Amino acid sequence: MNFVGLENYKSMFTMDDLFRTSLFNTVYYVVFSVPLTTAGAIILAVLLNQKIKGMKFFRTIYYLPAVLSGVAVYLLWMQLLSPSTGLVNTMLGWIGITGPAWLFDPDWTKPALLLMKMWSVGGGMLLYLAIMQGVSPQMYEAADMEGASPWQKFYYITLPMISPIIFFDVITSTIGAFQIFQEAYVMTENGSGGPGNSLLFYNLHMWNNAFEVFNMGYASAMAWLLFLIVMILTSVNMKLGKRWVHYEGGNDK
Amino acid sequence: MSSVSAPKFYETKKFKDKVKYTFVTFVLIAGSMLILLPLWWMISTSLKSPAEIAQYPPTFFPKEFHFNNYIEAWQTAPFTRWALNTLFLASVGTIGSVLVNSLVAYGFAKIHFKGRNPLFILVLSTMLIPGFVTMVPQYILFSKLGWVNTYLPLLVPAFLGSAFFIFLLRQFMLGIPNELMEAAVLDGAGHLQIWWHIMLPLTKPALITVAIFSFNGAWNDLLGPLLYINDESMYTLQIGLQTFKGTVQTQWHYLMAMSVTVLLPVIFLFFFFQKYFIEGSNLSSGTKG
Repeated sequence: MNFVGLENYKSMFTMDDLFRTSLFNTVYYVVFSVPLTTAGAIILAVLLNQKIKGMKFFRTIYYLPAVLSGVAVYLLWMQLLSPSTGLVNTMLGWIGITGPAWLFDPDWTKPALLLMKMWSVGGGMLLYLAIMQGVSPQMYEAADMEGASPWQKFYYITLPMISPIIFFDVITSTIGAFQIFQEAYVMTENGSGGPGNSLLFYNLHMWNNAFEVFNMGYASAMAWLLFLIVMILTSVNMKLGKRWVHYEGGNDK
Repeated sequence: MSSVSAPKFYETKKFKDKVKYTFVTFVLIAGSMLILLPLWWMISTSLKSPAEIAQYPPTFFPKEFHFNNYIEAWQTAPFTRWALNTLFLASVGTIGSVLVNSLVAYGFAKIHFKGRNPLFILVLSTMLIPGFVTMVPQYILFSKLGWVNTYLPLLVPAFLGSAFFIFLLRQFMLGIPNELMEAAVLDGAGHLQIWWHIMLPLTKPALITVAIFSFNGAWNDLLGPLLYINDESMYTLQIGLQTFKGTVQTQWHYLMAMSVTVLLPVIFLFFFFQKYFIEGSNLSSGTKG
């Protein structure tokens, strides 16, 4: 074995331009996907927590995309996002918008992935729906008596009551978003990184280094750096959580 | 005009509720369409003939409905056997996942012990390593144990806890009032009894969520069976699906027909599990009110 010291870490920051690209792409994806999916899941859960006829069907429909398995979904979306014949651009055409080239335009590849991610927000919705079942209806009735607006009820009752799951969701989806890999691998012809390397995410770059170039040392160094970054973010989240997460059970934090 | 008058019809609660009801229904229907359109693509392809699939531009509705695609796809391989295998793996895995993760979560949420927080961070840190990094060492471990070409590598990990579910259930259990436990302790209940008799019933919606996610995950798992199972008689549905993706030509009509078929059991499961979702809610709100 050839001991190289910190050489691998040094070359990440000094020699490897693609490393910087992959880090940028990943941070871009994290910054947009985490707030969008969290807010989307909460809004959806609030809507699906109403007493409305056929709610069982609605819930099933919205959960459906989360049931579908990975690779099949990515292949399906590659067809849907096809610039000329895809369903997405066809529908945009109905309302007079010329859709972008999605997976072929470096500026639109990441939004395309975000769109696909939003489609399956039903998985996160289920978590919020589960915790909303524990909020007692009496709290809302009491608020109604006081003449609270729907927004006030959401802000002062629902949000604090579901905060343990918001906390969970933000932490786990941050971790998940940093590890985005499969979609980029499948949707860019076996990990080429897409047009202008716009879908070269951190883990994809790591994968290519490990199993294409067979530079295991460099890939391992990358794995450790990512571990460190996400660990720090998770710890910060855990610390901040103590300020805003409300647990009904008492002062167990 | 008198200052005290009956509220106008549009100010009554009944009217406002009706407006809200209509609005929410409308939004949900519109959203459902957007969700279902991509799925329609799947169903529509599954009913087309190979010639029509190859057509350009693609047709939105199949010209002829080839329902036979479903039967033919099922008959190309021992799919009945594979379906039973998958059902077995997913069911056993789900039971293990619900029991073990809820027990561990109970420990982290309600038992005070030294080093609890560092240990919890350690559990979380297992989520920070990408799957493909641990894939190779894990395979070597299972192969040294002689578990290759058995179901053990697919089943045993389900009984060893997952950080995601432990964290999730911990969040729910932190919301259960301590007073309930204290009363049980006074009655002489141990931790296992508190977990079984108090925590499990009160976290029903969360447990059902974990069950749905676990079942779903095991049902859709491709990599696990692909790595560890060699005997064709032990294959799962997801491996079966791959057989339609040929090296020369993908049989899209069969692939889509089978994908829809594989999807159905999970959808039914979700649809019927919802009943318990709501039942669980009555229990927990009853104790909190």
